[in-house]
Amino acid sequence: MTIDTNAGGPQHPEPSLRRDEAAAGDARSAPTGTGSRFTRLLGLALIIGGAAVAWLAFVATPPDVVQGESVRLLYVHVPSVSVAYMACMLTTVASAVWLRRRTEWWDLVASSSAEVGAVFTAVTLLSGMVWGQATWGTPWEWDARLTSTLFLFLLLLGYLGLRGATEDRTARGRRSAIVGLLLVPNVIVVNQSVNWWRSLHQDATLFRTDGDFRIEGLQLFTWVFATVVAIGFFVWLLVHRFRVGWLADRAEDRAIDEALAVRRAEGGTGGAP
Amino acid sequence: MEPVISLRAAVSLLGRFPGLAGVDLDVHRGELVALHGPNGAGKTTLLRLCAGLAPLSSGTATVVGFDLADGGRRARREVRRRVGLLGHGAGLYDDLGVDDNIAFWARAARVPDADAVVRARRGVGLPDRVAGVSVARLSAGQRRRTALACVLVRRPELWLLDEPHAGLDAEGRDLLDRLLHQAVDAGATVVVASHEHDRTSSLGARVVTLVGGAVVGEG
Amino acid sequence: MLADAWLIAAKDLRLEWRSRVTLAQIAPFAVLVLVLFGFALDPDRGLLAAATPGLYWVAVLFASVLAVQRAFAVESTESSRDILLLSGVVPSGVFLGKALAISVQLLALEVLLLGGVAVFYGATLRGWLLLAVTVLSATAGIAAAGSLYGVLATGLRVRDTLVPLLMLPVLAPVLLGATRAFEAALEDTPADGWPWAGLLVLFALAYLGAGVAAYGSLLEET
Repeated sequence: MTIDTNAGGPQHPEPSLRRDEAAAGDARSAPTGTGSRFTRLLGLALIIGGAAVAWLAFVATPPDVVQGESVRLLYVHVPSVSVAYMACMLTTVASAVWLRRRTEWWDLVASSSAEVGAVFTAVTLLSGMVWGQATWGTPWEWDARLTSTLFLFLLLLGYLGLRGATEDRTARGRRSAIVGLLLVPNVIVVNQSVNWWRSLHQDATLFRTDGDFRIEGLQLFTWVFATVVAIGFFVWLLVHRFRVGWLADRAEDRAIDEALAVRRAEGGTGGAP
Repeated sequence: MEPVISLRAAVSLLGRFPGLAGVDLDVHRGELVALHGPNGAGKTTLLRLCAGLAPLSSGTATVVGFDLADGGRRARREVRRRVGLLGHGAGLYDDLGVDDNIAFWARAARVPDADAVVRARRGVGLPDRVAGVSVARLSAGQRRRTALACVLVRRPELWLLDEPHAGLDAEGRDLLDRLLHQAVDAGATVVVASHEHDRTSSLGARVVTLVGGAVVGEG
Repeated sequence: MLADAWLIAAKDLRLEWRSRVTLAQIAPFAVLVLVLFGFALDPDRGLLAAATPGLYWVAVLFASVLAVQRAFAVESTESSRDILLLSGVVPSGVFLGKALAISVQLLALEVLLLGGVAVFYGATLRGWLLLAVTVLSATAGIAAAGSLYGVLATGLRVRDTLVPLLMLPVLAPVLLGATRAFEAALEDTPADGWPWAGLLVLFALAYLGAGVAAYGSLLEET
C-alpha cells in the first residue's frame, strides 16, 4: 500500500536534466538580480508603511487602560504571529504541491517561506517574552500557544538544517518536502496536547489578562495596519529569498553544463551528445 | 531479440558531476562484455545506472526490459530485482556473519530452497568454518567472495561486476571466471568493468572502451 | 510488504544480537541518565518521586535517539549503503521492519528502566494494564517517527547532530502523553491516564501511516 507519488506516470517525471535545461532557458530572459519594479515599489511602500506603524504604535495611540505602555509591543507581536503561522501554512501547502508536481518552483516556495517564517517566529517569541514580562510578570507561560510557537521555531530549524545539509538537489527536495508536509500537523499535535495538559490544571489561567482588554478606534486601526505591513514585508522577503534560491540553482545548472562539456571533451566525443 | 541493456545518449549526473556524458551501448542476452577505460572513465557509473542506482539525467535507457527514462521508481525497483551488482562497496553488513549476509539476499529475492545459501558460499570457495564469522573479520579476498556469493545466490538475469578480480588470489580469479562462464551458459548476461585486459581477453569478452563518460570504441 | 518488513526486522535484530550495541552501550547510557537525574534532584527532597514518570520518559527518549541513529548507521557504511535499494525490498516493508526492530529494542530498554526507577527512585509500580498500553503505544510512536526522521538524515555528514533536532520536537507530545499516563498509573488513578494512552495510540497510527506512505520517496535518492 505504498503511495507511489510518481509511479510510472509521465505526468510526474523525475526531476531531470531535461527540466533543468528548460529552466535554464527561462533564465536567459529572466533578470539576473533579485529586485524588480514590483519589489522596489513594494519596498518603498513598506518603508513608508513601517514608519507609519511606528508613529501610530508609539505616538498616536494611547496606552492601554489595563496593560499600560506594554500594549505597544502587541503592535509588533500580533502581526508577526499572524505572518509566522501564515508562512508555516504556506510551507506545508507548497510541500504538498511539490509532492504531486515535483517542480523546482514549489520546492523554493516551501523553503523560502520556511526561512522567512523562522525569522518572524523568532520575532514573535522575543516580543512575546518581553510583553509577558511586562504584563504577566514572567517571560514564559506554559500555555498551548506559546509552547506550540516555540516548537514551530524548533521544527523550522530542523527543516532548514536538513535542507542546508543535503547537497543533492533531488534528495533535498524529497526530504524537505516530507518534513515540510508534516510541519503543520506536528504543530497542531503539540498545540492540542499542551492545551489538553494545561486545561487539567487550574493554575494555568491565573495570569490570563489577554482577552480582557478592549481595542477600538485608532488602536484597532493600528493593529490591522501593522498586520498589513507585516504581510507586505513577508511577501517582499519571500520574493527575494525565492529569487536567490532560483538564481543559485541556475548557477548550478551552468556549472553542470560546463562540467558536461569538459567531460565530453575528455572523451573526444565533441559537444553533441 | 531485444537487448538486455540499451542506452542512447545516456547522461548520469552524480550531484554536479556528469559521471556519464552521453553513452550509446547495446548488450544482448547471453553476452559477456568487458568495460575498459582509465580511472574516472565512468565504468562504475555505467554499471550503477544499469543497476537502477545512478540516475538517468537525460537520454534513454532500457535494462532487462524496463524503461528507466519513463518508468520511474517502479521500473528501477523491477530492474534492481533482476540484476546482481558486485560494487566497490561490498554490499555486506559488517556485523553479520557470512551465511547471514548471503541468507539476507536469498530471502529478499525469495529464493525457495533452503540449502541455496550453503551452496552459494561453497560455490565461491568459502569453507564451512567461516560460515558464522562476522564479515568485518574476514580478509579482503574473503569479503569479495562473500559479496560474490550474495550475487550468485539470487540467480540474476544480468550480472554487473565492478573490478571483480581485484583482491582475489589466483585460485579465486580462476573460480570467478568459471562462475561467469557458467552464468552465461545458463542464459544470463554479464558486464564486467575492469582495467585488467589480460583477464578479460582470456574470458573471451567483447570489449567496450569508455573515456570521459562516453563509449569511444569497441574491441 | 509484511514479509519484507519481517526480513528487515529479523536482519536488524540479528545484527543487534551479534554486535550488542543496544545491550552494551545504549542500555547502560539510559540507566546512567536515570542515575544522573538522581544526582541533580537530591533524592531526599522528594522531588525524584514526584518527577519519576517524566524522568523515566526523558531517559527513554534520549535512548531512542541513539537507537534510531544506530538503526540507520548500519545502512550507511561504505559497504552497506546500497543494500536496501538493490535487494528489491519494498520501501514500506523497510520502514515497518526498521520500526519493528527499534520497537523491540526499546521495549527491552523500557522494562530495564522500569526496574531502574523502582530501585533508584523507590517508585511503586502499579496500574499495570495502563502502564503496558502506554509503553507499547508510546514505543510504537517513537519507533515510527524515529524511522521516518532517521532515514531523512542518512548519508549526511551532520547526521548525528541533525537526527535529535528533527526527532525530539516531533516526539514532545509523546513525552507529554506518556508522562501523564504514567503519573495516573503510579498514583493509582488510571481513569485520568486512559485518554493520554488514546492519544499515544493515535500518534503511533498516524506516524506508521506517514512512514508507509513516505518511505518510497525517501529511500530512493537518485
